[in-house]
Amino acid sequence: MSDTNPFEPKIVAYVCNWCTYLGADLAGTNRLEYPSNVRIIRLPCTGRIDFNLVIKAFEMGADAVLVSGCHPGDCHYTAGNYHARRRWMLARPLLETLGIDMRRIHFTWISAAEGRKFQETITEITDTTRALGPYEGYRKLAEASA
Amino acid sequence: MARIGVFVCWCGENIARTVDVEKVTAAAAEMPGVRCAINYKYMCSDPGQASIREKIQSEKLRGVVVASCSPHMHLKTFRAAAQAAGLNPYLVEMANIREHCSWVHHNKDEATEKAIQLIRMTVGKVLRNHALNPIKVPLTKRALVIGGGVAGIQASLDIADAGYEVVLVEREPSIGGKMAGLSETFPTLDCSQCILTPRMVEVGQHPNIRLYSYSEVEAVDGYVGNFEVTIRKKARYVDIDKCTGCGDCWTKCPSKKNLSEFDQGMGTRTAIYVPFPQAVPARPVIDKEACLHFKTGKCGACQKRCQAGAINFEDEDQLVKENVGAVIIATGYKLYKITDAQNNAKYTGYGEYGYGQYPDVIDGLQFERIVSASGPTGGEIKRPSDGAEPKNIVFIACVGSRDNAKGMTFCSKICCMYTAKHTMLYKHKVHDGQAHVFYMDIRAGGKNYDEFVRRAIEKDGAKYYRGRVSKITQENGKLIVRGTDTLVGEPITVEADMVVLATAMQPADGARELAQKLKVGYDEFGFLSESHPKLRPVETTSAGVYICGACHAPKDIPEAVAQASAAAGKVQVMFGKGELTREPEIAVINEQTCAACYACVRTCPYGAIEKAEIRDRKGNLVKYTARVNQGLCMGCGTCVAVCPSKSADIEGFSEQQIYEMVKNLV
Repeated sequence: MSDTNPFEPKIVAYVCNWCTYLGADLAGTNRLEYPSNVRIIRLPCTGRIDFNLVIKAFEMGADAVLVSGCHPGDCHYTAGNYHARRRWMLARPLLETLGIDMRRIHFTWISAAEGRKFQETITEITDTTRALGPYEGYRKLAEASA
Repeated sequence: MARIGVFVCWCGENIARTVDVEKVTAAAAEMPGVRCAINYKYMCSDPGQASIREKIQSEKLRGVVVASCSPHMHLKTFRAAAQAAGLNPYLVEMANIREHCSWVHHNKDEATEKAIQLIRMTVGKVLRNHALNPIKVPLTKRALVIGGGVAGIQASLDIADAGYEVVLVEREPSIGGKMAGLSETFPTLDCSQCILTPRMVEVGQHPNIRLYSYSEVEAVDGYVGNFEVTIRKKARYVDIDKCTGCGDCWTKCPSKKNLSEFDQGMGTRTAIYVPFPQAVPARPVIDKEACLHFKTGKCGACQKRCQAGAINFEDEDQLVKENVGAVIIATGYKLYKITDAQNNAKYTGYGEYGYGQYPDVIDGLQFERIVSASGPTGGEIKRPSDGAEPKNIVFIACVGSRDNAKGMTFCSKICCMYTAKHTMLYKHKVHDGQAHVFYMDIRAGGKNYDEFVRRAIEKDGAKYYRGRVSKITQENGKLIVRGTDTLVGEPITVEADMVVLATAMQPADGARELAQKLKVGYDEFGFLSESHPKLRPVETTSAGVYICGACHAPKDIPEAVAQASAAAGKVQVMFGKGELTREPEIAVINEQTCAACYACVRTCPYGAIEKAEIRDRKGNLVKYTARVNQGLCMGCGTCVAVCPSKSADIEGFSEQQIYEMVKNLV
């Protein structure tokens, strides 16, 4: 990604170990190509993901963040993904009020069988983030509050 | 301190084709904290693992990153290799540069760049790893089996025969369950009691089985390997240690007209009774509601007759505690009661079939008692209303099953088979009679099952109509059954003398409450949930708690028995080890910073976090805190996300480790 190339976004994907991580593995096994911008961080469960992690990713220069886990009802730990969903419903308006660009936070369910959905999701997020450009807004926001 | 080794795998061509492994290795060697970096064609092969072991020792490595495939594929392999070389296995992490990189990106520069970043992130994580040791949990090698039907009996005997103690709790006065009341069993038509009662006797006499009949599980504390179970021994009013089971008491009991639960209300029993002659234990119980002594205070016939002095009208419920390491739930099923369902908003019942209104409309278990040699009619087929032998009998399948509108959506699985059996048993006893069956589909999957149904139709002449019954009315002492034969496309009316409804199977009463006590999941119908439908069919999400039989889903006897042996096998696997070891990648709470808000306690799906107190040496309270029960925690990390004081964390996926990964993104 040299300077002459167009903007390539950095995307962080926080995924659960049991569904989405395996979905990404399946995308690999099936050789489903997608842009190389995503960096997957494996966690036991989406229930573990608090929004500090999302903010931290932006702070470290991410242009978009994906949170993805098991479909409702499929959680390896029974209910972790429901916690994640509830937390998302609560955090969303809060983050919006703070001025976070919500187009850069993605929340989805991808099962271990959905390699193609993983491919499509990453491709789509990369495309939309590429169109949005670098997340300069967060840097400004951080400077303003500093 | 930081001496990390990076091992880059080619995976033959799989990685090396799209990732420049030499460039990646050179870049990794320059990363902060990295002591050495090498690459090899197949890291997972013996020479590959040997090179890891060699480097761990020669370079005195304190951490290892293997950049190869998915950790789901080989993390265990590489952790074991590290352990063999004397490195704590939890200091090993993997960077997935195959599934998440070389296989999904075709541009070599991009893939190489990404592989380097993935390794940088993982090196960052390993910098924050620390040695973990498997958690050892003490183990009580005794099992609790709840429910003494055929599944519970099988599980108890298997475990007891393996040399472990079993505590068997049965709610009814005798073990035996539903199977003890069946006449003959499909597809062999062997007598149910002949095969079951010897097993019941075995349970009663087994030195390793402690049987609590007429008892229920009141409360469960503790966790896998260490449950403390409180059992309520219901007041029996008979001292079963003194009682000899002679029968003098029930032959003299003047209260004789009580409906027998064992006979499904088709027969009667006395107020002091054993449910059936082959009961285990063969000791009676007094039905307080029916007993004249309790109702009027005057009778005491049984007490006067009892030479053993076993009758105790002052008896009370007793609570006893038992310590066990594993629990098997085998609480079985009940039949969908149409009369109760009428008042249930969820099920609208089948009022049009006249169950509870016409005495000659009965359910499958009631028919079992009528046709059973030990039943109220001595095995002669007599209809309940007037004792006449029915010459035309109608069986209706799928009453309450597979019916979104009025009942349950599921297939009860056994009804096709037992209905075929009923038509055969009927024909074998009423030679000039005719059996009619209304069915939706015949589901006879199983060894010799379809042949059995064909025999009922072809040899014993049962008439099968594919269609539903719309209404049953009573006219001139006949039950007029109106239905359709959809294969012929004609309405059908049968003038029947008796109707048997194959009503749906439902979990036994109280199964939900029991599941809540044991933290086991259940579905909308109350059937208990297995941990994984394919690979963990007898485990539950509650560690150390197993399920078998019809409490899990509708099942026939062979399936219930097979599942019971499977559950017993799982318990034996657990007991075969000296102590329990568990993965240490679980939650940990910093008790010094914990504010004792207990948000985690409320959130934990496993009930694995407890309220605790920290006290000084004199016993004075210092502070309250939350504390993780290492026997129960599964390591999901939900507590980490809800903790407002950041006191909860997950070993192996700690806040620091993840932040370190995020920091190394750029």
